[in-house]
Amino acid sequence: MTVITPPETATLAAATASRSTAFWRLKGFPLIPVTILLFIAFVAVFADVLAPYDPQIGSLARRFKPPVWQEGGSWAYLLGTDHVGRDVLSRLIFGARVSMIVGLTAVLVAGVIGTLLGILSGYLGGWADQVVMRVTDTWLALPALTFAIFLAAIVGPSELNIILILGLVYWTRYARVIRGEVLSLKQREFVRLAIVAGCSKRVIMWRHILPNVINSAIVLATLMLGVVIVTEASLSFLGVGVPPPKPAWGLMMADGKKGLMVGYWWLTVFPGICIMLMVLSANLLGDWLRVKLDPQLRQL
Amino acid sequence: MSQEPLLSLEHLSAHYVSQQGTRVVRAVDDVTIRLGAGETLGIVGESGSGKSTLALTIMRLLPPAARIVGGRIMFEGKNLVDKPEAEMREVRGKRIAMILQDPMASLNPLFTIGNQVGEPLRVHEGATRANAWQRAIALLKSVRIASPQTRVAQYPHEMSGGMRQRIVGAIGISCEPRLLIADEPTTSLDLTIQAQYLNLLRELQREHGLALIFITHNLGIVAKMCDQLAVMYAGRVVEKGPVARIFNAPAHPYTKALLGSIPRMSDNRRQLTAIDGQPPDLSSLPAGCSFAPRCPAAFARCRAEAPPEFALDDGRTARCWLAAPGVAQSLDAQAAK
Repeated sequence: MTVITPPETATLAAATASRSTAFWRLKGFPLIPVTILLFIAFVAVFADVLAPYDPQIGSLARRFKPPVWQEGGSWAYLLGTDHVGRDVLSRLIFGARVSMIVGLTAVLVAGVIGTLLGILSGYLGGWADQVVMRVTDTWLALPALTFAIFLAAIVGPSELNIILILGLVYWTRYARVIRGEVLSLKQREFVRLAIVAGCSKRVIMWRHILPNVINSAIVLATLMLGVVIVTEASLSFLGVGVPPPKPAWGLMMADGKKGLMVGYWWLTVFPGICIMLMVLSANLLGDWLRVKLDPQLRQL
Repeated sequence: MSQEPLLSLEHLSAHYVSQQGTRVVRAVDDVTIRLGAGETLGIVGESGSGKSTLALTIMRLLPPAARIVGGRIMFEGKNLVDKPEAEMREVRGKRIAMILQDPMASLNPLFTIGNQVGEPLRVHEGATRANAWQRAIALLKSVRIASPQTRVAQYPHEMSGGMRQRIVGAIGISCEPRLLIADEPTTSLDLTIQAQYLNLLRELQREHGLALIFITHNLGIVAKMCDQLAVMYAGRVVEKGPVARIFNAPAHPYTKALLGSIPRMSDNRRQLTAIDGQPPDLSSLPAGCSFAPRCPAAFARCRAEAPPEFALDDGRTARCWLAAPGVAQSLDAQAAK
């Protein structure tokens, strides 16, 4: 039996194919930032294989070794060693893992809390809206870092606690944006049709509202990633973040800050560059996504 | 009239009340309408005359500021006014379906057609995903969509306007409702698609024995589609009855003016006829008949006392003192002299 494709379907198929152009060939795609982020992710995943030394064990005999290109440096310790003789490169590599895990999960925690509360508040309105938005206002009035230090002082520093703290501090940004989005979505005809068709509020929020705000949540998450990483580094720097001897970039900077005065610059500069590159890349990607996804959202 | 009508609105009133309770907008006021199974009722009126509010009242989907202040909505022998919300959800989409003003925007851009056409089936009948999908294909076929097997898996943006519209129609009839309310479903369409869509609605109505409430401000559509007509003005039904009777001999001056304002090809008039004045503010209605300030035939009684609904001999009713028993004869007598 021969199947003849109707010409209509054929052109439709062709149109679909041409529309799915490769993502990275899109105009203005931030190739370098994405490469950097992917590289950091790669390093974080394969830290055990890539790091030349154990990041937590050093030997006082070889402390304060400078990077290889400076006098006294050696090829054995490419980026030098710290005050207890630990390899800086290995610590940076494992630090990437900490930053990635803390950054991504904290953004996820904040995103889930904020998106759900934003949808409830925007769609249900009334007292639910009042409660969520007043809490959000209060939250936003608190300086994020001070609030995070306060929470960390209560629950004590650990990686899991840092993630929860950052999630708790930053969910309000999502709640605000998502609520606004929901307010306009719930006036759209397809939501009204769902109401008229007898869908319950739960079904409408879950099936009609949530998928339509996911785009915004993703954009926001990318933009928040930088903020969260900086906050994590700051907390670690202040001694209420990831507890030592775990290698976190902020912690490394804190440890090295005394050495800065006597010329041990590599202890602070390298983790600083890492933080800067990661935050910058995340922000550039976020900016691009925002511009790229927003107008489409309006067009649909 | 021994048979019980499918839908019967009895002195139904829905008012918007401001937060302080100082302003009351009588959006729907003392509306009495009966609609039998399989009948088509057209509701016409200017914007703001309460047509859409009436539709939302029947669905019990009034905005929070509005509430039903009196009357009954008898549907299939039960009063919808005191049904709990959970039971109303069973009615919506299953027994009474609705097509909204802008069917073009009525589809969720993120889901496939099959998903959306099947949604009421899954919500109301607990159909499985696969079963809903199969029935969605059949429904697409019934609204004359070519190659439904392909279309069912596509997204709204891959459809033309006319197709999206028919898909919304398919969603409307998916659970075999008894009553379909179409709230100006053609205003956002161009004329050629309008005609197609109206034909489709009529065919669906015939095939499924649906009762249809057609809300519009287009009298041409009413003439083509409807058996019964209700003319609304300032929240009230000023005249209702069989379409042909009303078109031939309107009893209410407002209906007369409305029919007179339709431009015709044969006209040699230089100017289109408009009804002078503005519709009244629904929160401060005049003491008498609400149409009196604009009515060319108004007399003293009209300004003092609002007319009740008078039954005319041919199954019509009109809210006008001119239709009051005795008045008509005396006016006829005057005209004859």
